[in-house]
Amino acid sequence: MVRKQFDAELEKLNSDLVKMGHLVELAIENMLDAFKHQDKALAKEIMSHDRLINDMERTIESRSFNLILRQQPIAADLRNVTTALKIVTDLERIGDQAADIAEIILTFEGEHVYRTVEHIPMMAKKTKMMVHEAIDAFIKKDLSVATMVVKMDDEIDGLFQEVKQEVIEIIQENSERIDYCLDFLMIAKYLERVGDHAVNICEWLEFNQTGTVNDHRLI
Amino acid sequence: MNKKIESKNLNLYYGEKHALKDVRLDIKEHAITAFIGPSGCGKSTFLKTLNRMNDYVKNVTITGEVTLDGEDIYDTRVDTTLLRKKVGMVFQQPNPFPMSIYDNVAYGPRIHGIKNKKQLDKIVEKSLKAAALYDEVADRLHTSALGLSGGQQQRLCIARCLAVEPEVILLDEPTSALDPISTLKIEELLMELKKQYTIAIVTHNMQQASRIADYTAFFLVGEMVEYGQTKDIFAMPQDQRTEDYITGRFG
Repeated sequence: MVRKQFDAELEKLNSDLVKMGHLVELAIENMLDAFKHQDKALAKEIMSHDRLINDMERTIESRSFNLILRQQPIAADLRNVTTALKIVTDLERIGDQAADIAEIILTFEGEHVYRTVEHIPMMAKKTKMMVHEAIDAFIKKDLSVATMVVKMDDEIDGLFQEVKQEVIEIIQENSERIDYCLDFLMIAKYLERVGDHAVNICEWLEFNQTGTVNDHRLI
Repeated sequence: MNKKIESKNLNLYYGEKHALKDVRLDIKEHAITAFIGPSGCGKSTFLKTLNRMNDYVKNVTITGEVTLDGEDIYDTRVDTTLLRKKVGMVFQQPNPFPMSIYDNVAYGPRIHGIKNKKQLDKIVEKSLKAAALYDEVADRLHTSALGLSGGQQQRLCIARCLAVEPEVILLDEPTSALDPISTLKIEELLMELKKQYTIAIVTHNMQQASRIADYTAFFLVGEMVEYGQTKDIFAMPQDQRTEDYITGRFG
């Protein structure tokens, strides 16, 4: 075994990604709790926690660029480094979306607003599961789990349509709730985007293992 | 792409040592094929079988087949001088003859019977131009070749090879003794030359293979482990031994 230094640096890159994945998962979990309980303190925590996620993105990017610069990785090494560079963007965006939802939660007034649109909690739970499974699939390099996550995205898209319908009905019944309704729609859209980023992570895992994404040979 | 050279079931023994084991490999026309692998893996030995340079080594036994344009080069009727005119070779260390630049390039054509001065002038100029050296030496063609830099000497050796109008050029680590700029010049030259010639190159420099070769073959202990398009070999090698070698896991 030669290249101890290179392997140590690749291992550090991977452990940073896993760490960032856990931070993002925590952000989604906290967002779900803050939404359920209208917990504004927790919403604020999510927003400050997002800075840590952003910092980790830069750390991982820098580590990847330096590995390319100094080690000129090829074959599986190249796929590992480029996958890190792609996944880190999706993880950071998931963190951003959790923070965006937290920002909306801070504006909520009144009780139990989350019950008003019943499909939002379902969407939130599903996206949390997608993010968890996507990160887990990446850590375990398990393509079968990744395939399952990609399928789950159809359910998210379906739930988004349900939320839209519910929002329309609420507006039709009571136009005084229109500000909340727009917020709900925004939240649903953010959740739908979180699902898309989870799918992206799974697609980059496919690239990592096969060099191919959705039948496109990239390398 | 046409196959210029084909080797089938090629085995080579240095005495008892089995140096090439059932090598089956095609060299495609107008392409660069790189042979990579650790020292002693057989890649240079294989290269030398392609113009019978191993004939000069004692105790060599070769079985199997190597064909050039479908003709067996190991047939007893083959004239090896003519074979090496068609399949030229450039070595690791630039080895200009201790004579003028002009005479170095004219050496081969003269041996093959060209005496006419004008014709030789034309060949020398054309070969030096093709080797991307002419502009640097046009005003000192009759000075000693030994006064050239290492990179220039190597390009002179390529010009010398081109002067006898080969079809295939074999290069055995041609840039390992050169600085990075001279190396790049040779690489660019080879990319240009492949349009007219078929090129096979042995290299220890993995980046060089990935930069210039269209096809790459990986050798290990006398076996040709994997062969394919260079981008496939360096992106998604199929054999774990190839992956381990190119990513530096051998030691």
